[in-house]
Amino acid sequence: MDFEPNQEQQMLIEQVRRFVREEIIPLEAKLDPDASELDPADHARLVEKTKAMGLFGIDIPKEYGGPDIDIVTRVLLAIEMAQHRAGLYVPCYGTFGGAGLAQIFEANEDQKERYLYPTLRGEKKAFFGLTEPSGGSDPAGAIQTRAERRDNGWVLNGAKLYISNADRAQYGIVFARTDSSKGRAGITCFIIDSDTPGFHVRRVVHTLRSSHYATELEFKDCWVSDHQVLGEVNKGFAVANDRLTRQRIPYAAGCIGVAIAAHEMAIEWAKMRSTFGEKLSHRQAVQWMLVDNEIDIRTARHFTLEAAEKARRGLPFKIEASIAKLTASEGGGRVVDRAMQIHGGMGMTKDLPLERWYREMRIRRVGEGPSEVQRMVIAREILGSNLR
Amino acid sequence: MALRLRLEKPWQPLTAESVQRLPGQLGVYQVADAKGAVLFIGQAGARSPFGLRSELQREHRERGDGCQFRVEVNQQYRTRWFELLMVHKADHGGLPPDNAKNPPPLGRLSPY
Ligand SMILES: Cc1cc2nc3c(=O)[nH]c(=O)nc-3n(C[C@H](O)[C@H](O)[C@H](O)COP(=O)(O)OP(=O)(O)OC[C@H]3O[C@@H](n4cnc5c(N)ncnc54)[C@H](O)[C@@H]3O)c2cc1C
Repeated sequence: MDFEPNQEQQMLIEQVRRFVREEIIPLEAKLDPDASELDPADHARLVEKTKAMGLFGIDIPKEYGGPDIDIVTRVLLAIEMAQHRAGLYVPCYGTFGGAGLAQIFEANEDQKERYLYPTLRGEKKAFFGLTEPSGGSDPAGAIQTRAERRDNGWVLNGAKLYISNADRAQYGIVFARTDSSKGRAGITCFIIDSDTPGFHVRRVVHTLRSSHYATELEFKDCWVSDHQVLGEVNKGFAVANDRLTRQRIPYAAGCIGVAIAAHEMAIEWAKMRSTFGEKLSHRQAVQWMLVDNEIDIRTARHFTLEAAEKARRGLPFKIEASIAKLTASEGGGRVVDRAMQIHGGMGMTKDLPLERWYREMRIRRVGEGPSEVQRMVIAREILGSNLR
Repeated sequence: MALRLRLEKPWQPLTAESVQRLPGQLGVYQVADAKGAVLFIGQAGARSPFGLRSELQREHRERGDGCQFRVEVNQQYRTRWFELLMVHKADHGGLPPDNAKNPPPLGRLSPY
């Protein structure tokens, strides 16, 4: 496969690269190093720019009014959009718009009217409530939040942990056990409005991502009607499987973007800084760190574009998406770590973005399925069904 | 085990001497009136030259004597600041008066 960007992709890449360098980075320099939001006036001004570029709502499918961006181009742009301090978790501070959660695209028409379209218009935000104190890697086994049939609806009781954005969202997608005898086939997906009685955001969970917290949720006799069931009862995990696997690909691309930015900083610094009468770049130990960075970045880029290309062509891409997520999150972590080492003391300070990338990149090996689970997915595919 | 949600340390008088002794670290703080009603919840972020010390020295310069304060050293000053503001809002029905003048975007919490 040829992964060189075509002319049109190259133009878009350069447009986004300029946007990051000329608009985002100068504003970011004035913010707290852990900030995740721009001043609202700056945000609004930059949204007008991304609209003028024809790239606003970049993840919204064409049939819902989004720009016609294929997944390979999306990956190339995601690599560019992540190349600033906040870029891993809030690429370009959200000025390219959001598309909402994958599952909500598979809602029925009434639910789309109430949730999807307001989300696409930027009027509503959502959270994704899967992980619980009992575990997130194996939700089918771990989910203890129960939804019981009552009064022509469902009553939810239980807790969710590490849920991002739940305190600021207007609604969320929550997975609950509706049939305890059926394991994976006993989980249902619900849409929960944040003002539903019995729904509580109990506390902030502070993590390495100190710019942007997670939360703990509690459901206490939280009643919802049948209209809040997303998809079919007991088929919660069937909703949007393909879209969710697809999401891993731009997720990997964000790690690559940050790795490239860290690597470029390390190269510049190695050429400037001298110790013991020689530039760092003349030291083989440092050269090899830079070479290893280059290899990690190229490897991740190759596998991520391969996954995107297979998805674009409609070929199976599950293994490829897992390999992309693994190589990008693990390789990206190594690159940032080496870049910090080359910068010495300065690499540890909040004066540079490296320390924030280091902390946030670490989360990437756990979020969206830990590395071990990705390896398990690949093992299952290559070893066949007798492992399942 | 969850961390403590609310700042519950004893108040100290906001004076030039007491703030001079503060660490130059990142963290969060509260300023209260003489009766202990919280007036402001602040953060000492990475751009404060001497962290909590600089922020509380500024508070003292602007407010003069007669107020009280308490601090918490915290590397996650930003998310902890949001948390303290949300907890205050849930407990008291609104933000402290000096935060309400320029409120940051906040979520909604129903704390334990
Ligand atoms: C900052 C942050 C934000 C998050 N946001 C959200 C969110 O918005 N919504 C949401 O639902 N969740 C969210 N999560 C949760 C995240 O998805 C889970 O932490 C993750 O899925 C792992 O679940 P767990 O923490 O319960 O670990 P566990 O499932 O207990 O696993 C612990 C560890 O065991 C290992 N492991 C697991 N399975 C295997 C295996 N088969 N073989 C070998 N080793 C294995 C892995 O190393 C894993 O990290 C967030 C987490 C963080 C840190």
